[in-house]
Order: sequence, then structure tokens, then C-alpha cells
Amino acid sequence: MNYKYFPHTDTELKEMLEVCGKRSLDELFDEIPENIQFKRDYNLPSEMSEVELRRFFAELGAKNKPLTCFAGAGCYDHYSPAVISHIISRSEFLTSYTPYQAEISQGTLQYIFEFQSMMTELTGMEVGNASMYDGATATAEAMMMAVSAAKKKNKVLVTSTLNPNVKAVVETYAKYQGIELDYIAECGGVSDKADFEEKVAKGDVAGVIVASPNYYGIVEDYEGWADACHAQKALLIMNCQASTLGAIKSPGEWGADIAAGDGQSLGIPMNFGGPYVGFLCTKKALIRKMPGRVVGATKDLNGKRSFVLTLQAREQHIRREKATSNICSNQSLMALYVTIYLALMGSKGLKEVNELSYSGAHYLAEQLCNTGKFEMAYADKPFLNEFAVKTTLDIDKLQAECAAKGILAGVKIADDTLLLCVTELRSKAEIDKLVDIVKQF
Amino acid sequence: MNSTFYGKLIFELGETGRVGYSLPKNELSDYNMASLPEGLKRKEAMGLPEVDELTVVRHYTNMSNNNFGVDTGFYPLGSCTMKYNPKINEEISNLPAFTSLHPLQSADTTQGALELYYNLQRSLSEISGLSEFTLNPFAGAHGELTGLMVIRAYHNNRGDYKRVNVIVPDSAHGTNPASAAVCGLKVVQVKSLADGTVDVDDLKAHLDDTVAAIMLTNPNTLGIFEHNIPQIAELVHDCGGLLYYDGANLNALLGKCRPGDMGFDVMHINLHKTFSTPHGGGGPGSGPVGVREGLEKFLPNPHVKKAEDGTFYVENDKDSLGSVSGFTGNFTVMMKAYAYILTLGKENLKYVGPYATLNANYIKDSLKDVYELPIDVVCKHEFVFDGLKDKSQGVTTMNVAKRLLDYGFHAPTIYFPLLFHESLMIEPAENESKTTLDEFIAVMRKIAQEAAEDPEMLKAAPHNTPVRRPDDTLAATHPIVTYRELLADSAE
Repeated sequence: MNYKYFPHTDTELKEMLEVCGKRSLDELFDEIPENIQFKRDYNLPSEMSEVELRRFFAELGAKNKPLTCFAGAGCYDHYSPAVISHIISRSEFLTSYTPYQAEISQGTLQYIFEFQSMMTELTGMEVGNASMYDGATATAEAMMMAVSAAKKKNKVLVTSTLNPNVKAVVETYAKYQGIELDYIAECGGVSDKADFEEKVAKGDVAGVIVASPNYYGIVEDYEGWADACHAQKALLIMNCQASTLGAIKSPGEWGADIAAGDGQSLGIPMNFGGPYVGFLCTKKALIRKMPGRVVGATKDLNGKRSFVLTLQAREQHIRREKATSNICSNQSLMALYVTIYLALMGSKGLKEVNELSYSGAHYLAEQLCNTGKFEMAYADKPFLNEFAVKTTLDIDKLQAECAAKGILAGVKIADDTLLLCVTELRSKAEIDKLVDIVKQF
Repeated sequence: MNSTFYGKLIFELGETGRVGYSLPKNELSDYNMASLPEGLKRKEAMGLPEVDELTVVRHYTNMSNNNFGVDTGFYPLGSCTMKYNPKINEEISNLPAFTSLHPLQSADTTQGALELYYNLQRSLSEISGLSEFTLNPFAGAHGELTGLMVIRAYHNNRGDYKRVNVIVPDSAHGTNPASAAVCGLKVVQVKSLADGTVDVDDLKAHLDDTVAAIMLTNPNTLGIFEHNIPQIAELVHDCGGLLYYDGANLNALLGKCRPGDMGFDVMHINLHKTFSTPHGGGGPGSGPVGVREGLEKFLPNPHVKKAEDGTFYVENDKDSLGSVSGFTGNFTVMMKAYAYILTLGKENLKYVGPYATLNANYIKDSLKDVYELPIDVVCKHEFVFDGLKDKSQGVTTMNVAKRLLDYGFHAPTIYFPLLFHESLMIEPAENESKTTLDEFIAVMRKIAQEAAEDPEMLKAAPHNTPVRRPDDTLAATHPIVTYRELLADSAE
């Protein structure tokens, strides 16, 4: 048979089988017990040419309805400069594997080193890893890291204002690891500091997970939290939304010990949920407790600067069940995505992205409240690009109406509460269109 | 091309005042961040580079030249299934009709994406012989963890809390015991026989009512089919445990044997191995998890399902193990895998295992006179040499691997599995032509000859790579993992 992905000609097939001492391909599988051999065809569609495949996906895509996005809640519609998709589609990056052979993987190793450097700059931390699967798993890994660093303490406090999708993953990992979780109460849309202080003072807490900005888009004030944690030898873990770090106080500035979160907001397309890229940065003293791959700078035989996977003694292929985590790879290509994004945007661009998002979000919030149909859920709380509003309108019907007119009107987070987000991608005209739909609803 | 200029880091290419972006003018500048409380604003400067667009493009383009991928050349990295990543799949996965979807958009506006998700679940069920899949896990190791959570959820749901042990062969991938530990389970090691298969007598000694599961790779890490699998399945099931299939080596069996038919209850598949999605320098991957009938309700939330009217929806199950991902996994990776399955179709998918197996046996039998083959049987998609046959010159597997780089090949997996001292694990995917394999075989023979005639040259390899044997020890004892640390170090 001849097929584009199988280059064997009939003559070659015969020659190769002869070298192996076999008469047919089937004979290569003789040792598989007869009763478990698979002898029929898969019940799957017939092969497709590229022409048919393109047609198939065009038709499938037409069943989706792309919308002008005013939703956030963990996934943000930011601009992605054209350069990025061109660079990351380069075969040398795309089709390589984990850089086991450093001599022919300097490309991958170097961009991971740049990624680690940029993420530590962004979070204000000292060291970082080569990336995690997503923000939720990165936060769960941070929790395990805190418990492992604490040795004998097994309890972690989690703020109730953490994104529920992240919370759910943290809860799953905690359940199977046998880590006890306790929650810091929410008070007016932010974490209740008195409740936190009371709980952390008990001295049995290994780590405290907070969110900045939190699920409602509120930029919380964590003044004094790090000190309160450190007084009890607990680690402060801050879950953050990467893009906002260009404008708001970084985990490092708050005194956090671990910064974890999703880098999707740094220009990665929404992709219906993935792939994104998790990050985990921490203090140098905790580097050997950190999960995941890490790239370090070193010198080669000729004294030339080069990069290698390092601190592998923490990892599963060496430590097996005693490893800091079971994570084996990372989201390498997405880390490259973010690295190129940050190289292009720089501090100035990131600040501008936040300014534009801030302006749009505050304008939308004001306009919605002016309709008389909405009010701010947490009126006195500062926010950046995302905010919660309360309404007596039927949110499902309103969202359906907006979708019919091409708009994704936020995420419903309670029967009477809508979470809306505005990024630099939204024009004033688009915001006005959303407000008009609300006015006429 | 590797000029010194392009060997720099992006941080070393900046000049204050340069920009690499453009953004729209702010139409709403009356609403500005001045009103954000000062105490919440960032004060510390970020040390990001200031570079223009062309510099960024050249920097990363040149960096890519220092990398080796499947598209560059033969990549026989054992256990990693470095098969061809079809270009059409990349195009498909970039279709804006999918990439522009927000994960929390309503089901009625994402029917195409959900249909793909659901149909890929069904296709994987058919290929593996299991009842249902989740596509949420992000990678193989993440799939292992998820699968073990399914197993624990199942036992706990029956009120059987004493099953805390997972049996893992000593030859297993390192992620197996690590995943078990993260899942809160204890690892019990079972011995391998000389041929690398499970020692069934040793297994029997470990089987009791504390066993949650056994984790197996079949074919195992030596590329040998575990022919006792029906007996192993019966023994483990009889003691109330479940069988977990590590799908890392599934490629060997495509068209020939299904994990479900072998008796496995739970498994993960690496879409980035068996289903051709690119490894991307270490990710993003995708590690779907499949389960036998009766275990479906324990799969992670959220779960994509099909309604009776033919529409698709997302649902959370109350008995589910919980969530393992922020949303529903690496969606565009799934698009590539589905495009691969549709491209090959039932007519060609069944040849993947046979051709991969033929290629591996062809290399093995062509080289076993010069490389030590500890277990001389028919292998599946991969096999392991224990270094050179003639070790008298002190040439190691590391030397052979580094010399291969000089000849333009990626090295095989080395020093794994741990069963041999000089493991050299070779896996040629089904897409490799006899021409490529013959070139590789010729080079491997030449290296064996060099080992005999000029061993010192071989021990100094590689000679032609952009860098030569970077110092791992220096990196580990004196870790420098950021540019800031690098600057501080060179200032010392």
C-alpha cells in the first residue's frame, strides 16, 4: 500500500521483513495472545484528503458562533501581535521535544531561560520554573510546595475570593494529597482580613492562597498579610492574572513567597480553554522545593555560555515517588508565546494594555449603571479590567439576546450577578453596542 | 548560522526607548488609572527588554536554528514517539472559528467545538476499547494522576478505604510512581524477569485487599509485549484491584490490540505521541483518560456529553473525582489529534502499529551484531541496547549519543530504563523511510568502528554542535535561572 505518511514501498517492505526474519507484518505480533488481538477495522470514518479535511473543519467551525468578548473569569481576550504566531510555528521549535540533548536544544533552553527571567520580573520574585500546565494546576502545585516546605503542617488557607475553577482544582489535589483546606471568609467582595488573622494565628497553617485581582476583578489590599504569614512560618501564595502585573502591585511587592497563575492573558488566544501556560515563581531559598523543569545557565567545554535543564534531582525521572511533583514536561511552546509577547510589549506596552483595559472597563461599568438596570456589586472596591454587577434582569435571557447580536455579555456568576471584562481589544463602539442592547432589553 | 550577535539573550539586545508594539489610541482616557489607590499600584520597575519588532523576529528566528526537531531530522527518542506532525493539522488548529471561543461561552454558541470534543472522545474509546474518555488532562503525567484519582474515587465510592497501594514494575516510567505519590497512594515495586516482563510470582506475593491498582505499560519500557497480560488482569481483578494502562507506548499497538481488550480498566493516551500532535519543545501536550464501563461517573468535571436531540453540552457529575484543569484541557491540541484520526481513517490507522514495529525490529536486527542486545526477541515500537558490544575501549552510551549529534541525528533515550547500565532506547516512528533508517544504521555502525579505532575522539564528542557538553554540575551547584542572576554573577 502507498500512503503519504507511510514511506515503505512494497520492495522495501519485503527486504525489511526479511532482515527481521518475518514473512508478514502480522507475524511481528505473534506473541500477542490470539483472544486479545484486534482483528477487525476500527469503527471510524474513512480516510480524508486535505481537501475533504478542510471542508469538514470549515463546516464544523460554522456551527460555532464567535462573539465579541466581554467575558473574563480566568480567560482574557487580549491582542496577540502577528509576530508571535509566525515564530512559534517554526518547525525547529514546534517539532522538538523536551531539551534532553542540550547541544542541539539551545533554542528551547534559551527561550525557557528568558521566560523564567521575564516571569520573575513580572511577579517580582527571584526564581521561576519552565512553566506549568495552566494557572489552576500551578496554584495547586504551589499548595503542595508549601506543605512540603512546612514539613509537619498540613493545612492550607484559601481565600473565598479565588476563581472557583482554580479553587476546584486546588480542592481536588488537596483531597487526594490529604491536605486540609480551610477558607478565608469573603466580606464585601474581598478577603476578610480579621478571619485570616485569626486562622493563621493558630500556627498550624503551611500556606495561604490569595488572589490578585480576585475573582470579582477587585484589586485586594494585602498589606500586612505576608508578615502575618511569616510570623507563623506559613508561606503566602498569590494567584495572579499575569497581564495585570504590568499595573498593580506584584506578589513580590506584597511579600509573597510563591506567585502562581496563568499566563494566558499575555496574548495567548482563548482557544476554547487551552492550551495556556501556568507559571510558578518563588524565592531563591525555595528553589529546590519548586516543581517542574528548570533551565539554568552554565558554560560548555569551550567556556561558551549555554543553557541546560538543571536541579533535576527534584524530578520524577530521578526521584520517582519522592519527587516534588509528577509533572514531567511543561507548556514549552506556550512559554515561548508569552516570552515573545513580553519582548514585544515590554513594560511600557503592558502598562498601556492595562490603561486601555481600565478605561474601557470603567466606562462600561458607568454606562451600565446609568441605564438604571445594573448596579456595582461591590461599589467601593477598586478594579482594573473586570467587575461584577448586580441586576434584576433575567441574565440568561439578556446573554442570549446579546449572543444573537454577536456579543458575549460576560459570565453569570450568580442568579443576579454578571461578571464583565473589557480589554484593549474592545472599542468604544463595541462597548456602546452592548450598552444599547441592555437599554433596549 | 550562529553569529555571536545572535547568541545573546533578548535582554542584551534592548535600548531604552525602543518599542516593539502598537496599540489603539485610548478613546476613553477620561477613565484612567489615576483613580486606582496608590497603595495598589506597582512601584518596582520590571526589567523587561526594550526591543523593536525586527530585532525580536531575528532573535527568535536565529534561536530556532540552534534547535533540532522532527522536521530537522531523524529523532529516535525512545518512549517519546517522535512521529511526523502533519502541517495540515497546524492549519486546522489555527482556525479562528475555534481559537476565538471563550471557554465559558454558552453551549449553543460552541456546538462545533463541543461536537469535535465529543467525537474525539468516542474515537479514542473505539481505538482503546474503553467506554468513555475525558480530554481534560494536559499531558501524560497529568493523565496518569487523573486516572489514579478515578481509581481512588471508585474505591472510596464503594467505601473501600484500605486500598492505598499501587503496584508499579521496577522498569516503569518515573512519572508512574510520582503520580501515585501525588495521588496520595503508596508505591509497591514488582520485579521484572530477565526479559523485562512482570514477574508474575512476585506479583502474586503483593496481591491483597490493600491494592488499589497496578500500573503497566504494554509493550513495556523495553518494547516487549507483556504476553501474560490476561493472567495478570485476572489476578489483579480477583483481588479487587484495577488495571491502569500507561498509554505512552500505545503507538505500537494501533491496529493490533486494544487496552480494553487486554483487561485494562483505566488508561491515558498521549495525543502528542500516538496522535501526532507536536511536542512543542515539551508541551503543550494532551493526556486524555479513558475508563471501562461503570467508571464513567468518576471522570473529572466538566464533562462533554451528547443529548438525545443530538446537541452537545457540558455537565458536572456529583460522583466525579473533581476538577483537574481550569477549563476542558488543551483544546487546539485535540483539534490536531482529531484531524490526524480523520486524515488516516480506518484504512490507515491500523498500519501505524505494524509499520512502527517493523521499523524498530529492522534497526534492532541490523545493529545487534555491534550493539549489545540484552533481550533478543521480537520487539514492538522500540527496543533497548545495553551500549556497545565491545566495551573494551571504555566508550559509553553517553559518548555514542553525543557522537550521533555530530552526524545530524537526535540521540535515542539514554540511561533509561534503569534495568541496564548503558541503556540506549531507540524508537523509530512509522513515518520513517527505509532510506532514513539505513542512514542511521550506517552511522551507528560507523560509531561502533570509531569506538574501536579512535575512542578518545568519540569520548570528546560532540564536535560540531553549537555548544559542546555544557557543564551540568556547575549549573546544579550554582543555579542561575534568571537574567538578573546572570548579571549579578558576572559582576562578581
